[in-house]
Amino acid sequence: MTNAAVHMEGQLHAPAHGAVATGAVHAKGQQHPIKLYLVVWGWLFVLSTGSYLVDYFGLHGYLRWSLILLFMMLKAGLIVAVFMHMAWERLALAYAILLPPIAVLVFVSIMVLESEYTHFLRVLFFATPS
Amino acid sequence: MAETVLTHSGQPTARLEGWRGIAADWASDQRAFKNVSWGKAMMWIFLLSDTFIFSCFLLSYMTARMSTTVPWPNPSEVFALNIGGNHIPLILIAIMTFVLISSSGTMAMAVNFGYRRDRVRTAILMLVTAAFGATFVGMQAFEWTKLIMEGVRPWGNPWGAPQFGASFFMITGFHGTHVTIGVIFLIAIARKVWRGDFDVERRGFFTSRKGYYEIVEIMGLYWHFVDLVWVFIFAFFYLW
Repeated sequence: MTNAAVHMEGQLHAPAHGAVATGAVHAKGQQHPIKLYLVVWGWLFVLSTGSYLVDYFGLHGYLRWSLILLFMMLKAGLIVAVFMHMAWERLALAYAILLPPIAVLVFVSIMVLESEYTHFLRVLFFATPS
Repeated sequence: MAETVLTHSGQPTARLEGWRGIAADWASDQRAFKNVSWGKAMMWIFLLSDTFIFSCFLLSYMTARMSTTVPWPNPSEVFALNIGGNHIPLILIAIMTFVLISSSGTMAMAVNFGYRRDRVRTAILMLVTAAFGATFVGMQAFEWTKLIMEGVRPWGNPWGAPQFGASFFMITGFHGTHVTIGVIFLIAIARKVWRGDFDVERRGFFTSRKGYYEIVEIMGLYWHFVDLVWVFIFAFFYLW
């Protein structure tokens, strides 16, 4: 790993131009400019404020849910990619960690069907319609 | 093709691009994660398993909420606070979110200074992160106290579907436990950084192995993961 001259695109072999001088010349491991972290930090604040305002203004329906999911995915993506350095890790590791959680989505769809069925039975046999 | 890399991450080995590279790494001898140390790989695998645990909690919450015929309590009202005579919805949770995000920022900076071998700044930033984490747990304790005083129990509550309490205590309790463990972990590593263990390569008390500044990054992975889980809890439990 060259020192701080590593770009967001994951250019692991980017040459060190010496443009960003960081104290340690031969530092090992993940070295990125401090500014990158501050920018991401700022964005996380903005996105969190956004998701709080969704609730504050009492948005409803599909607009609310899509905004919540959008802000959630953007925040999660920033944290994993930059703070956890996944954007610069070798693809063999990135795919090994990021692909298995897709199985959770399958589980979600199974449980959505299951709970709709349970709800249907409860309405049919137990609940007084409200 | 690929040279052997010792336990800490060294130079990235030559690799092919894209899927060919992945296939080459996985099909190669002994190590699939070539330039990734065992410590970091194991932390990632642990975090993956933890992802499944939290996914199961959120899934069971989803199932309970979707299948009940009783109205779900409105989190916006349940977690509202009266501050200075104003009724502000969900304000405590919003503050907790900002506290946790701030702690993630200081943690990322700590990792950065760690790799620059800036011992003092790394330790201070880790302690600040731990302080944010402790603040978060404190606010969570306040939230739990408030809800318990208002009559929320795992088997019922005054506002609606009885599963609300069970989901709430299970999900936030498990997350709070993770934060607490993270704070302890942070203080332990910060002490080692402060003492200069990773500059003199002092051997660990339990492992008798030399430590490296990479442990700060591995610790950071855990901490960011705790923040990551909160992003999902915030979206699905508090905002939905």
